[in-house]
Amino acid sequence: MSIATDAHDTASHDDGTVQTEHVGGEFDHAHKADIYYVKIAIFLAVLTGMEVGLKYIDIGALFLPVLFILMAIKFVTVVLFFMHLRFDSKWFNMAFWLGLGLAVLVYSGALATFKFWSR
Amino acid sequence: MADVTLPLADVGHDAHDTHVADHSADHGGAHATSLGLSNNKLGMWLFLGSECLLFGGLISVYMLYRGRLGNGPTPEQVYNVPFTSVSSFVLLMSSLTMVLAVTAAARKDLKALDTWLAVTALLGATFVGGQVFEFTEFYKHGLGFTTSLFGSSFYTLTGFHGVHVTVGIIMLMAVRRMIKKERVPGDKAEVVEIVGLYWHFVDIIWIVIFTLVYLIPA
Amino acid sequence: MAIIERPIATPALARAGGITTPVGPKQALGVFRRPVSSNGWRSWFFTVDHKQLGIMYGVVSLTFFVVGGLEALLIRLQLAQPNGKILSADLYNQMFTMHATTMIFLFVMPMAAAFANYLVPLQIGARDVAFPRLNAFGFWCFLAGGVFLNTSWVFGGAAQGGWFMYAPNSSRLFSPGHGVDFWAFGLQVTGIASLTGAINLIVTILNMRAPGMKMMKMPIFTWMVLITQFLLLFAIPVITVALFLLSFQRTFGATFFDVRAGADPLLWQHLFWIFGHPEVYILVLPSFGIVSEVLPVFARKPLFGYPLVVFSGAAIGFVGWGVWAHHMFASGLGPVSVAVFSFSTMAIAIPTGVKIINWLMTLWGGKLRFTTAMLFATGLIFEFTIGGLSGVTHAVAPSDTQQTDTYYIVAHFHYVLFGGAVFGLFAGFYYWWPKAFGTMLNETLGKINFWLMVIGMNLTFGPMHILGLQGQPRRMYRYDTSRVGSGFFNLTFWNLVATIGSFILAVGVLFFIINIFYTYKRRQLAKAPLDPWDARSVEWMTSSPPKAHNFDVIPTITNLDEFFHRKYAADAETGELRPVATAEELMAIQEANADKNIHLPGPSYWPIILAIGLPIIGYGIIFSHILIAIGATVIFFAIFGWSMEPSVPDPSDYDPPSGNDGGGTKELATVG
Repeated sequence: MSIATDAHDTASHDDGTVQTEHVGGEFDHAHKADIYYVKIAIFLAVLTGMEVGLKYIDIGALFLPVLFILMAIKFVTVVLFFMHLRFDSKWFNMAFWLGLGLAVLVYSGALATFKFWSR
Repeated sequence: MADVTLPLADVGHDAHDTHVADHSADHGGAHATSLGLSNNKLGMWLFLGSECLLFGGLISVYMLYRGRLGNGPTPEQVYNVPFTSVSSFVLLMSSLTMVLAVTAAARKDLKALDTWLAVTALLGATFVGGQVFEFTEFYKHGLGFTTSLFGSSFYTLTGFHGVHVTVGIIMLMAVRRMIKKERVPGDKAEVVEIVGLYWHFVDIIWIVIFTLVYLIPA
Repeated sequence: MAIIERPIATPALARAGGITTPVGPKQALGVFRRPVSSNGWRSWFFTVDHKQLGIMYGVVSLTFFVVGGLEALLIRLQLAQPNGKILSADLYNQMFTMHATTMIFLFVMPMAAAFANYLVPLQIGARDVAFPRLNAFGFWCFLAGGVFLNTSWVFGGAAQGGWFMYAPNSSRLFSPGHGVDFWAFGLQVTGIASLTGAINLIVTILNMRAPGMKMMKMPIFTWMVLITQFLLLFAIPVITVALFLLSFQRTFGATFFDVRAGADPLLWQHLFWIFGHPEVYILVLPSFGIVSEVLPVFARKPLFGYPLVVFSGAAIGFVGWGVWAHHMFASGLGPVSVAVFSFSTMAIAIPTGVKIINWLMTLWGGKLRFTTAMLFATGLIFEFTIGGLSGVTHAVAPSDTQQTDTYYIVAHFHYVLFGGAVFGLFAGFYYWWPKAFGTMLNETLGKINFWLMVIGMNLTFGPMHILGLQGQPRRMYRYDTSRVGSGFFNLTFWNLVATIGSFILAVGVLFFIINIFYTYKRRQLAKAPLDPWDARSVEWMTSSPPKAHNFDVIPTITNLDEFFHRKYAADAETGELRPVATAEELMAIQEANADKNIHLPGPSYWPIILAIGLPIIGYGIIFSHILIAIGATVIFFAIFGWSMEPSVPDPSDYDPPSGNDGGGTKELATVG
């Protein structure tokens, strides 16, 4: 009935603790120059301008798809760069995209039963 | 007990009692967490994931009801797209100033941090002010909260968003003041970053609302 | 328990416990000091300790269980004979609405939260949850919401629209009283509790595991809690939207569900069931987790197919999002929607079946010990399978259209919720009682409790299948002799059987409560050994009840079933397992190597103050706008105090490390 109490291989325990996560990567964005973010903001502003512009130019059936694509690009750009999800942990990605994905899935499903998409 | 059957690979480990480090050493900054992530930041991301379903629901209600006008005005009659474009632009730019606040916090530039937090809050307040003005105008044009399903769902959706922006403004001002007064325990940069996540989230929701509500004709 | 500030002059005094005089906190909100009591009512009201909060969740939800049970008995008494006269139609409607609401939102969900709060940090080898103050806030919100909801009885009657409160019946026109307003706001407040709890527990589980505990080495109960909390995280905002729309309609005159204004009342059904179906799994998955812990211990075998149980749990959680419209087959969704949701509903039976197979395979060839906990766990397998099978008959849309809104549905969900969720919780009570209170619940009383509950539930809910197929509508408040039919299938007979069964069931539950008091009276004799069940997971690797800081030394995990593998090792020659250490020896090693200077989170006033503000606003919305202002002031004040109070007390607020004499402080572990 003896228990080994020697505390060897503590190092391997540490491996188990921090699971394949790049700890240092969390603040990568801090090293990016402010000008990098200004450029992204200009990009976003241009997209917004294009969106508003679409309202006043007639491009027929392309209107809705183009508008949706622009919206999605803006959305994803802010998430990936301003919220730096692109450089961050997969767990943060999971929490957010899972929520967003479920939201899109269930609500478009519910709207489908109202024949929303075919109206 | 001896004949408990187990896969052999599972057994045969010695038991260790490892003396863990003194936890009082991890007060600020460093986090000895399983994922190597900050609890607060993980909590905020989970909350934002949850918020997706809140706004998803409100947006769906609006999309379903936007054409149900009753005796009230149509969206085209009340919307002022140029005006809303400008206030959307203001909110978008507040995301930029928020990022600049976060980078300032990361390089411990407290003066720049203070300025950018203030500018972000100011831009946010401008947006909310614009929304109040817009609501007043709509009301004058005959669109009350109960005028039609379009009105109810429009005010509910944009109202919820406006409340979120307002909460964000309060958070920004509180953080700014707490940093000034040295009341932020632990990592200041992280606190700013977490408030920033919330702020950007409010912005991306508006990106969706602006497109779906204002730009698509009913 | 956790004292964080003490008379600096005499630290020894503080260690003796019971100090209530606050002394110079370095960092509190200017005028306000942190609470410091270690005993008396203050230590409960201001605690942030996950174990105390777990017990508080348990006590309050058990109380609501009794309340909901009494409501059920009144319902059954009313239906025992034709032309029942116990309740008026209106009171009957209130009774079944509040019975369901209480049992779901105020008993099963918070009771699962009680288990999760108490056990998850212990199972993952942590000293508390990630956000202790948020945890306390969640409990007080639940209590505030539950009490608020039930005060509707005295303020003009409770809600009467059924637990899913369908539109347009929930509108002012059809429900003129305040019941629905109470219901909507009360659930909103308990929703806050669930949401904060979900964030807290997910972060705790992901981020605060002991060294070496990889995701696939977590105890299965912790896994099921994790999945449940993800479901809550994403389901609660949906009901929040629905409840806001309902409140806006009733309070401000919006017309979200008003057909006259061109609205679709079905919108409510969609929002409700998008929340409501994941909710079903929120209710039952924690119990699945409990059973998956109990069965291996009493079968003396590891859980069969641990990864399969984990993944089938995750699959149930995920597919659970795509089946909500099977609650709406009779609403005219159209053939395509009905087919899609019918298919997905049948699909979800697969992972559930996988779990049942895993449990049976765990029992197969095991050395079974039928303790009360084990009886409840095997009872769950049996009763839940019956409920699951009748559930599959609902997935078939044509058959469902016949069953919708009959007692057949009532029979089905009571088999899955009572036979599933509640039996699991009872298995958990008997299994973990010694852990939480250091005493063994009496086994004889426990077995009486079990058998009365099994007989009672089958007598109550079994006949409801017959009643339902005979066409008895679900919410009928009385029936007439001319309609009961004759012969073996007459309604009167089976209703009477169900009523008798419900009283047997109630006596069974009463035996549990008697058992609690009996055990408490005999607590000196009924002292639990350190490891009464020869358990497998690390929550048993500390004293019972655990110390305030849970573990003297945080265990390093190398195995699934870590505790078991510390007690038993394989013989080098035969490969057979033989005992190498007892729980007492393992405990002694822990105590010998105990950590010094464990810092526990400081108690706080703010969670309870913040939570009290919410129902004040609720009363304000319903009765007087001045109360809204008062409630808002309280909330604003509390948020201000909360954010100004450092989450981590200043190091100088703790005892200085004293090192060599073994008198290190045990007051706190900072987390978060």
